[in-house]
Amino acid sequence: MSGQASIENVVGRYLNTEIGGVHYRIYFEEAGQGTPLVCLHTAGSDARQWRHILADEEVTARFRVIAFDMPRHGKSNPPKGFEGEQYRLHRRDYIDTIVGFCDALALEKPVVMGCSIGGRIVLDLGLEHPDRFSALVGVQCSDYHKPWYDSTWMHRPDVHGGEICAAIVSGMMAPQSPVDTVQETLWYYKQSGPGVFKGDLYFYGAEGDIRDEVSRFDTTRCPLYILTGEYDYSCTPENSEQTASRIKGAKMTRMEELGHFPMSENPAQFRKYILPVLSEISGSQTA
Amino acid sequence: MITNVADGDALKERALKALQSLPELASGNDILAHAGRYVSLEFLVSIGGHPCFVTVDEGRVVKVETDAQKMRASTFTIAAEPDAWDRFWQAMPAPGWNDLFAMNKRGNATIEGNLLPFMQNLQFFKDVMALPRQTWEAK
Repeated sequence: MSGQASIENVVGRYLNTEIGGVHYRIYFEEAGQGTPLVCLHTAGSDARQWRHILADEEVTARFRVIAFDMPRHGKSNPPKGFEGEQYRLHRRDYIDTIVGFCDALALEKPVVMGCSIGGRIVLDLGLEHPDRFSALVGVQCSDYHKPWYDSTWMHRPDVHGGEICAAIVSGMMAPQSPVDTVQETLWYYKQSGPGVFKGDLYFYGAEGDIRDEVSRFDTTRCPLYILTGEYDYSCTPENSEQTASRIKGAKMTRMEELGHFPMSENPAQFRKYILPVLSEISGSQTA
Repeated sequence: MITNVADGDALKERALKALQSLPELASGNDILAHAGRYVSLEFLVSIGGHPCFVTVDEGRVVKVETDAQKMRASTFTIAAEPDAWDRFWQAMPAPGWNDLFAMNKRGNATIEGNLLPFMQNLQFFKDVMALPRQTWEAK
């Protein structure tokens, strides 16, 4: 039995830092060496979604992969006094948290790769900090998201929050994705705190339209890659293609047999698409 | 295009039969029954306007009635055209047709009525409605 045991090279630690005058204890995991590659999880989930990238030796040979849990997610606590407010993620706070995290770890010109709300916020990062990052990768990325269903179902005492959040996102994954990795992806949703998924989506709704802004994105200063799975009905490939068409120099990849959670629902399939992108990024840095 | 109408009627008949097979398809599925153990209600499935009443008793799909009288009460309604059910029930559905919410967002299905029990047991109802994928024959 002991011959089958193995310990992954991923290391988890806690960062204590202040962002916007608020103290946070942020959990992050990392593996590898090279250019920092900071990974952002989706709304209502946590950094475990990136564990297959963290364990991928082809990636960690060239990148220091770092995935952190946003405050209130995974093992990152909510800030002191959270019980006295209704959680709503704002664009400003989201940007500041990511930049603050990178600053606290003294990451020099990291690549940031985010999925869903993380895919959207990389557009904001590039617009606001075009020289801070060496490249940005938006997975399931769109400059326009319009809420289309009543999100109050996600947070009310007569509906189980974890169960409904998982059941809502279950249909966003591709039917070809393996059962085990689909169920693991859903498990993260089942474990999220009350109202967190709904609070994350606030940002997507109230501040979800930056179509008029993205044409300012300067890909000569910060390359942008967009990858979107075909089975995502929330952020469709068409949404991403329209976004890419508004940003000169953005590179768009439509991913087959993948949905809203490519890195966790089918890591092997996602690898086919993300490795060439990461190779191009690391190649351009060594060139 | 009379042939299309005939094809449509045939598809509707097949969809009705598929729905009628729900109790058989769910039979013996203890995991599904456990997921829906607090569900005892009737809901309506519309196939091209044809009302079908599905009765669930403590997570067991016990009955599907396709010849019910008009204005019968039900808790909620899931409605789609036969063509939409055909696409939804493919063993490997195409993007946009793999999930009731996806179809709802795109305007290919409606979900209306008292949605509280539907949302309280969302994965259960999604799984019940997807059961015909096991036997649906693609044209």
